[in-house]
Amino acid sequence: LNPRGWTTKQQLERGLALGALILVVVWPAAGLSAYWSHQILIETFFYGIAASSLIFLSAYGGMVSLAQTALFGIAGVIIGNLATTGGPGGTSKGLHLGWDPTVALIVAVVMTTAIGLLFGAVAARSAGIYFLMITLTYSVIATYALGQVTKISGFSGIGGINRYTPGWIGNIIDHPNRLYYVALGVAIAVYVLIRYLVRTPFGLTLQGVRDDPVRMASLGYDVPLHRTMAFGFSAFLASLGGILYVWWSGQIAPGNVDLPETINLLVMAVIGGLVRIEGAWLGAFAFIVIQNYVRDFKVPGLSFGGTLFGGSFNTIIGIIFVAIVLVSPDGLLGLWGRLFPGARSGWRRLARATTVEPAK
Amino acid sequence: MSVALHWFRTQRPTILIPKLVAFGLIVFGLLYVLSIATIPGVDGSTSWRTTTFGSAIHDPSSFLRVVLDSITFAGALFIVASGFALIFGLMRVVNMAHGSFYLLAGYIAYEIQQAMTGQGFSLDGSQVNTWEWLVPLLVAAPCIAVVGLVIQQAFLRWNQGQELRQALITIGISVIIADQIIAHFPRAASNGTQRFGGNAVDLTWPGWTDRFVNLHVGGVQYSLARLVMLAIGVGVGVGLWLWLYRTKTGMVIRAGVDDEKMTSALGINIQKTFAIAFVIGSALAALGAVVWASQSNIAQGTDGQWLLNSLVVVIVGGMGSIFGAAAGAILYAFVLNFSASYLPTTGSDCCTQYSPIFTFVLIALVLAFRPQGLFGRGG
Repeated sequence: LNPRGWTTKQQLERGLALGALILVVVWPAAGLSAYWSHQILIETFFYGIAASSLIFLSAYGGMVSLAQTALFGIAGVIIGNLATTGGPGGTSKGLHLGWDPTVALIVAVVMTTAIGLLFGAVAARSAGIYFLMITLTYSVIATYALGQVTKISGFSGIGGINRYTPGWIGNIIDHPNRLYYVALGVAIAVYVLIRYLVRTPFGLTLQGVRDDPVRMASLGYDVPLHRTMAFGFSAFLASLGGILYVWWSGQIAPGNVDLPETINLLVMAVIGGLVRIEGAWLGAFAFIVIQNYVRDFKVPGLSFGGTLFGGSFNTIIGIIFVAIVLVSPDGLLGLWGRLFPGARSGWRRLARATTVEPAK
Repeated sequence: MSVALHWFRTQRPTILIPKLVAFGLIVFGLLYVLSIATIPGVDGSTSWRTTTFGSAIHDPSSFLRVVLDSITFAGALFIVASGFALIFGLMRVVNMAHGSFYLLAGYIAYEIQQAMTGQGFSLDGSQVNTWEWLVPLLVAAPCIAVVGLVIQQAFLRWNQGQELRQALITIGISVIIADQIIAHFPRAASNGTQRFGGNAVDLTWPGWTDRFVNLHVGGVQYSLARLVMLAIGVGVGVGLWLWLYRTKTGMVIRAGVDDEKMTSALGINIQKTFAIAFVIGSALAALGAVVWASQSNIAQGTDGQWLLNSLVVVIVGGMGSIFGAAAGAILYAFVLNFSASYLPTTGSDCCTQYSPIFTFVLIALVLAFRPQGLFGRGG
């Protein structure tokens, strides 16, 4: 930990990261804007966790997955079914098993990870752009499945989940700062865990699989198994994000995991940069700030004056997304990296991993 | 027998077990439809094998009707998905905006049909003649072809080969198109509440298709419109086959699929071929939209549904092959229709549709045996 030994880029990045960390830790305690802490920052934490699961797969596994939003929602639906009891205001759907919230939390994480392993096992022998297509079908299928299997969710979804938090977290409706710090803690833990995992033998093998699956296979590594395990791990991360989401919003419905939401998560990851984990929270933050402050902005000629669909948020986010992919496919962090000489583009590596060789 | 034993011994356990499970599931599914399923008892009692129609042996005409539903739906699926497969097969572009093209085409055709008949909102078959169905199609298809061409030339041409980037670009474009459809369609409805917002509308088949024909098999009366839909699908398939395998352009396209650089080195303008393929592929999305929106409807969200349909057909059938698209469309249509008609219907669970789960099962089964899809080449 000797800042003098770091490059200018590292000094700047680590300085900014430390500053941001101190700021978000003291934010609620210092009594700064509650709108920011209870909306923008907390959303950044859990969407950032979901986006980090996507970026983990793309940066270290060469797999761009669109199923992370579905896994995020599946975890929310499972905990909603297990923890809620119906009861007052309990008109919402779900099985209302009324389990202990801590047990429900653990079961939801384990089940989502298991579903992730199944998803991963099915897709593991496909790579590159096929992987993107297969995971997109998972996502759309999950949306329809949740909507149409009326026992567990139905189109209206499950509500009131935020009343069933474990005792060691306590009441988060009256004390939203508790959820804020839980989400912050989990986000930091997820970041540290990913950084640790990619240095383990498993993480190094996974990067080998990303760079040259054929060579890794001939060295005796089980390529589909490593892809499946990586997908399972990313499902574990996504489930943490999903559970924080349902505690924050109180509800989960197929509309929270549908195609636009799936694309939103991808937009966050791409804005941040698909090649560095830090991009997850940066992209989530940028997206949520745009969402909160541009939502009602109207582009003349591109939006109309209806009350329900006023504004042209999706058009704006789509234009920003296309612009970023055109200008800097490795996102804001890629732009940042190019400010410094000798930068290596992680995008090249990812683009190579997702390129399909023509059939011979 | 010894061949089977040899196959059995040479399989790795991690692959063998899923394959055996998959095989068992397929056999059980077939047996279930053929003979296990029953209709509810006379007293309304139900069990795990109670379905609406009972087994195929018990009620062959209902079974035949579901088969026909599947085959005719496969016709519509094939039209849309073959466009997707054509673009993917030649250029390796996963056009995530294919569903948006479909939805946009549907709304354009709807506006034209409304303008021609001047009736407002929902039409009856007798109010529409053949021209009032054909002209919307003949306007919508070129419109979408132009949209596709512009997107290809402006956004995809210069980064050919960067598949992930191209997929991301088309995802962004699909977001923009979906949002603009909500902002601008449907326009024709006279009632103020139904204007804009991507509300559900439907096209109408010409009046002469609005009847049932006697097939003289098991006394089945079947919708002529659905048979027309199947005929259009078969026509598209035959047309594509003739085009790809019997013309010079088709030969160039097949050469481009196999080896783009070599084709280009032979002095062939591969960029022109790419543009043609994109135009035809987009127009097929439009044709499929007009056909299926006449049978069903279109609304905000239909774009995602048809992107899913195209993806499933291409993943199941094999990436980028016309025969694969046909096989994928038929399999997928059978799974959708049979899981809707031949699943247990019990009292408390009356309204659940398990077809999305069976779509996943289909993908999992096919990928377990053939990661490249049924007709795909290579890995």
